[in-house]
Amino acid sequence: MALIRFVNVSKEYPRTGAALTGASFQMARGEFVFLTGPSGAGKSTILKLLYAAERPTAGEVVVAGHTTSKLRRSAVATLRRKLGVVFQDFRLLEDRTAEANIGFALEVTGASRDSIAPKVARLLTQVGLASKATAYPGELSGGEQQRVAIARALVNDPVVLLADEPTGNLDDRATRGVFQLLRDINTAGTAVVMATHDLDLIKRAELRTIEVNRGQIVFDSAGAAGDVA
Amino acid sequence: MREAVRGMRRAPLLSILSVTTIAFSLFAFGLFGLVAVNIRQTLRQIEEHVEVRAFLAEGTPIETTTTLLADVQAYPEVSNAVFVSPKQALERARRELKEFSDVLEADILPASIDIRLKEGFRGPAQVRAVASRLSAYEFVDEVRYGEDWVEKLYRLRNIAGIAGTTLGVTFAVVAMIIIGATIRMTVLARAREIEIMHLVGATDAFIRRPFLIEGFAKGLLGGVGALILTYIVHVAMSRWVIGGTFFAPSLAVLGVVGGAVIGILGSAISVGRHLRTP
Repeated sequence: MALIRFVNVSKEYPRTGAALTGASFQMARGEFVFLTGPSGAGKSTILKLLYAAERPTAGEVVVAGHTTSKLRRSAVATLRRKLGVVFQDFRLLEDRTAEANIGFALEVTGASRDSIAPKVARLLTQVGLASKATAYPGELSGGEQQRVAIARALVNDPVVLLADEPTGNLDDRATRGVFQLLRDINTAGTAVVMATHDLDLIKRAELRTIEVNRGQIVFDSAGAAGDVA
Repeated sequence: MREAVRGMRRAPLLSILSVTTIAFSLFAFGLFGLVAVNIRQTLRQIEEHVEVRAFLAEGTPIETTTTLLADVQAYPEVSNAVFVSPKQALERARRELKEFSDVLEADILPASIDIRLKEGFRGPAQVRAVASRLSAYEFVDEVRYGEDWVEKLYRLRNIAGIAGTTLGVTFAVVAMIIIGATIRMTVLARAREIEIMHLVGATDAFIRRPFLIEGFAKGLLGGVGALILTYIVHVAMSRWVIGGTFFAPSLAVLGVVGGAVIGILGSAISVGRHLRTP
C-alpha cells in the first residue's frame, strides 16, 4: 500500500482562488521525493495537505492510512505523530536550548519524563549536534538550527519527513550537510518529501522529482503520475 | 501544571501585567460591590424603621386591646407589635421632641399599638394592606405609617437595585473583556509554541490545559489582589471618611473564585479561538 496517495486533488482558497488543480501521485514507504517548481506553484500547498493543515477542496489525500478530508481534529494529532515537518525558517523556540526544543516536542506528545533525556541525546547525536545541546538557537548557525529542527521532527519516529525548503536559508556547505542528513534519515527507512528550488541539488541527487507549476503537477520523474507504489 | 508554571516564568513581565490587569479590573468591580453592599445595608437599616402605628379610641377596654395585640402579632407580615399606653406615648414624645417637652401634658396622646414589619413586607402595598386591616377595627381611631416616606424609600430601593445590577453587569463585562484581552496577549506571545505543539501532534486538549491552569492561577491571584486592594480602601474609608461594612467572608471567597473562573473562561475562549485558526 502506498504511504501517500493524492487522487485528483484540488485546493481552492476563498480569496486567492485555485492553489492546486487535479493533482495525483503516489509515494511508497521509504521513498525520497523532491517537490520543485517556482514560488507560488503549489509546493507548500501539497505539504500542508499532507500534514492536514489544509483539507482538499476536491479529491482525496491519504497519508499513512489516514484520509485527511475525513479526519476529525483529534485524529489530526494522531496523523501528525506519524509525520515530521521542517520549514525554511526552522521555527525553533528562541528562549530554549537545542535540547529543550527537542524535549518540548517529546513532552507535549506525552512521552514519559524518564524517556525524554536519552531520546534527546540520541537525536542530537544523530543530527551531529551532541556538543551543542545547551546552545540557544541564536548561538547556532543556520545549518545547525535546521539540524535541531530536523531532530525535533524525528521525535515521534515518523514514517515520513516533510521538509518545506529546508535549505532555502542556508549556504552551500550547510545545504549539503542538511541534505546529507535527510538522505541518511531516508536510508534508515523514513520517507522524505523535500520541497526545494535548488535545481543543482536535484540534478546532483538523481532522485524522484515532482514538478509543480501553477497548481498542477507538470512532471514526475517516476513516470505517469500515480504509477509508483 | 509544569508547563503552566514554566509559561508564567518564561514571560514574567507579561504574567505580572496580566495578574495586575485582572486585579485592577476586579478591584473596580470590588469597589462597586462594596458601595452596593453598603447602600443595601443602609437601606435595610432604614427599612427597619418602617412602623405602622394604630391609635386606639379613648376608653378601649384593656381586654379588647390585649385581643387586638394578639391578633396583630399573628399577622404573617408582623415581626413585632407592642402596646404603648398614653403615659408611655407621652414619655416618648418628650424624649423625641425635647423642645416641646414643656407643652406636652398628660393624657394628650392616645394609646397605640406600634407594629414593626418583617423584612420583605415593608413595601408600600404591603404596609398599606396592614394599615387598612387595622383601620377595620372599630376601636382603632387612626392608622399612621408615613405613607410618603415608605413610598420614597421603596422607590429609592428600586432605583438602587436597578442601577446596582446594571452597573454590576457592566463592570463584570468590562472586567471580562479586559481579562480576555490580557490572556489573548499571552496566547499570542506563545503562538509559536502552540504551532509547534500542533505540528508534532499534541492534542487540542493537551495544548489547552496549561493555558487553562495559567488562566486559573492568574484569575485567582488577581482576585486575591483585588480583594486586598478593596480591603485597604475599605479600611481607609472607615478610618478617615465614613464607616461601612466589608463583604461577608462567603462573598469575598465568591469574588476570588469568580476571578479564577473568569481567568479560566478567558483562557478557554482565547485559546479556543487560536486553535480554530488553521
